[in-house]
Amino acid sequence: MRKVAVVGAGMTKFMRRAQETGKELAWETAKLALDSCELTVKDVDCVVMGTAPDAFDMVHMKHEYLSDGAGAWRKPYVRGFLGGGTGVFTACQAWYHVASGMFDVCLAVTEEKMSSCLPHPQGAFVTCWDQFTESPLGTSLLWFFAWEMNRYMTSHGITEREIALVSVKNKKNALHHPCAQLPGEITVDDVMKSEIMAWPVKRLDVSPTSDGAAVLVFASEEVAKRITDRPVWVQGVGWCLDTMYIGQRDLYYPKYVEYAARMAYDMAGIKDPRREIDIAEPYDPFSYKELHHGEGLLLCDKGEAVRLLVDGETQKTGRQPWCPSGGALGVGNAIAATGVMKVAELFWQLRGEAGERQVPGRPRRGVAQAWGDEMQVGTVVVLGV
Amino acid sequence: MQRRVAIIGVGYTPFRPITPDMSFKEMMFEAAQKAYEDAGVCPRKDIDAFVTCEEDFTHGRSIFNIHTPDNIGAVMKRIHTLPAESLYGLADAFMLINTGLVDVMAVESHSKASNMLTPDYLVAHAMDPVYNKPLGYNPYFIAGMEMNRYLHDSGVTREQCALVSVKNRANALLNPDAAYGDRIAMDDVLESETMFWPLNRLDMSSPADGGIVMVVACEEKARDLCDKPVWVRGVGWCSDAPSLETREWGEAVYARLAGEMAYRVAGVTNPRIEVDFAEVDDTFTYKELQHLEALKLCAPGQAGFMVEEGATQREGAFPVNVSGGSLGVGRLDEATGLQKVLEVVLQLRGEAGPRQLEDVSVGLAQSWRGVPANSGAVAILSNE
Repeated sequence: MRKVAVVGAGMTKFMRRAQETGKELAWETAKLALDSCELTVKDVDCVVMGTAPDAFDMVHMKHEYLSDGAGAWRKPYVRGFLGGGTGVFTACQAWYHVASGMFDVCLAVTEEKMSSCLPHPQGAFVTCWDQFTESPLGTSLLWFFAWEMNRYMTSHGITEREIALVSVKNKKNALHHPCAQLPGEITVDDVMKSEIMAWPVKRLDVSPTSDGAAVLVFASEEVAKRITDRPVWVQGVGWCLDTMYIGQRDLYYPKYVEYAARMAYDMAGIKDPRREIDIAEPYDPFSYKELHHGEGLLLCDKGEAVRLLVDGETQKTGRQPWCPSGGALGVGNAIAATGVMKVAELFWQLRGEAGERQVPGRPRRGVAQAWGDEMQVGTVVVLGV
Repeated sequence: MQRRVAIIGVGYTPFRPITPDMSFKEMMFEAAQKAYEDAGVCPRKDIDAFVTCEEDFTHGRSIFNIHTPDNIGAVMKRIHTLPAESLYGLADAFMLINTGLVDVMAVESHSKASNMLTPDYLVAHAMDPVYNKPLGYNPYFIAGMEMNRYLHDSGVTREQCALVSVKNRANALLNPDAAYGDRIAMDDVLESETMFWPLNRLDMSSPADGGIVMVVACEEKARDLCDKPVWVRGVGWCSDAPSLETREWGEAVYARLAGEMAYRVAGVTNPRIEVDFAEVDDTFTYKELQHLEALKLCAPGQAGFMVEEGATQREGAFPVNVSGGSLGVGRLDEATGLQKVLEVVLQLRGEAGPRQLEDVSVGLAQSWRGVPANSGAVAILSNE
């Protein structure tokens, strides 16, 4: 299998409402990423695009519209889509574009513009469900999260206060992220007192909706060694999709994340992820999700993630930092772009370029994960130096 | 590079104007069952990865890929969706198999166009939301403008375009799975209602429903599982400028560049000699001619004469769209590209029934993403 490296990264500030069009966001960020590794769009052989539902922008075939903004003019260009798992999958897709031997430099562009969906992007999700068994219930996405959070808490005897610590940790980590939308010093009481959205989910348990873009540059071994002395290698990729019928799944554990993680770990030759992984970026659109996904990534036993959190092991200075970037809760949740933001965080941390967010020691390997669809997809990337 | 990749199984539902008896889930299931049966594989045990090609809006939902895994036996497996034309799915499988990560892969796409009550309004949402959509035009005006420019630049006539419609609809009469087979004359096309001048009603394809699944494998598995593998010798894809204001109107640049890439991967240096027949995009009559030129399957400016002389007829020197193409089979939205591949596979296997071509060993399939997009893909297939 051909070796593939990440050689450049860039992202915009995540914000509630960007003035730029999606095309402009995509180009601005693609340029940043290319500049970071001193390449130009002429050096790019192909482009992959990650962007979540067309319904956010109400643009049909959104990727076609975005193509020139993504730097894909007269180049091979394709979009992958796995709901909320899209961002990390875009990295997997860029990996196989290069690993296949067909291309040497691949630009992985993710862009999201949620603010154009009025009054709220939640509206775009009501047409997700099965039209016979689920839509008639009149559900919103938040209800599904409430079911899952409740099931997770009940299965393991976890409290709301313990879960609130995830928000406290991630928003604090985000204080040092220049692109963060909702960083802050908050307390567990702040989370507990925030408005109940759908019990047990409270406002501060939820990541914001965001506009933003994030871009990575992937290169073959030969090109990577020529243009940088600090390539970050893609060691493993994995993705897995569970059944579309939510009623057939036990929500207490994300088995699909485990399967995806096992694929990535097998590829990377990782036997014991708890010891062999230095930093993790599990997807945290909701506070409990970081714990849920950490377990799916086999970073601890089922139900034990909360112990790591309470003991401070997943803090920036802990044994295995989780979401040192600040995650979706702190940096913002521009769906597809958040997945790539997480992979970019690994890239910066592993190169020692994360500035004030830099975790102590010299991390040599990290895992990033995203999740999506109807609580059903896991996408995983392992990077290492 | 490079592992050899082959199509070892195909499954499809008949292509029909409406399918009231089946949901899209049932169509996916039927096509998948047939493809797995054809390839002799069990999706749970033998298939390493799946890719589906579908757009959200054509299904009237957000995040369509939620609904994909159960219908094709892909639960708890590697499966992803490309919101793209389905020939991109074949290219995706080609790449994934070439990484060495997977050996056997399934590619799925389907159309349930009959569910769309006002498809033109839907396509209007694909226009640039700032500059073009607010003008409120029916988006197919782009095809009219493009046709006009192409005729002007190339010297192709409306009569020659009309002959494409005559040929493809007649070809479809020999295809039991085609929805719009018909025996018409050139004048029928020229006298049909003007839709988007100079594009007449019979210059345009009509939508159809149908599902297609293909099983694709690396060489070792293909030889193991299949007597008649059809090799994917090359794939290529390309996007030209999406904006109406900056694009090339007369020439299909995306098809030219995608073709050049596919020829390069396949090691084809002289396509006019090395390729025996082609299924190219014919969403509109002029598109077939424009694409033949872009793909260098005829000398520049000669596409019109080729159809006039009958060279692209089923019995001609270079048969084009023997299946009936989109004009005869029906336009299958995202699944259109796989329908083109399907026909090439059936011909190369010698299973095309009454429309079987003699002595063919290399075929080309090409797709275009449709109005208002400016992108497409090419695959070169061979039975040797």
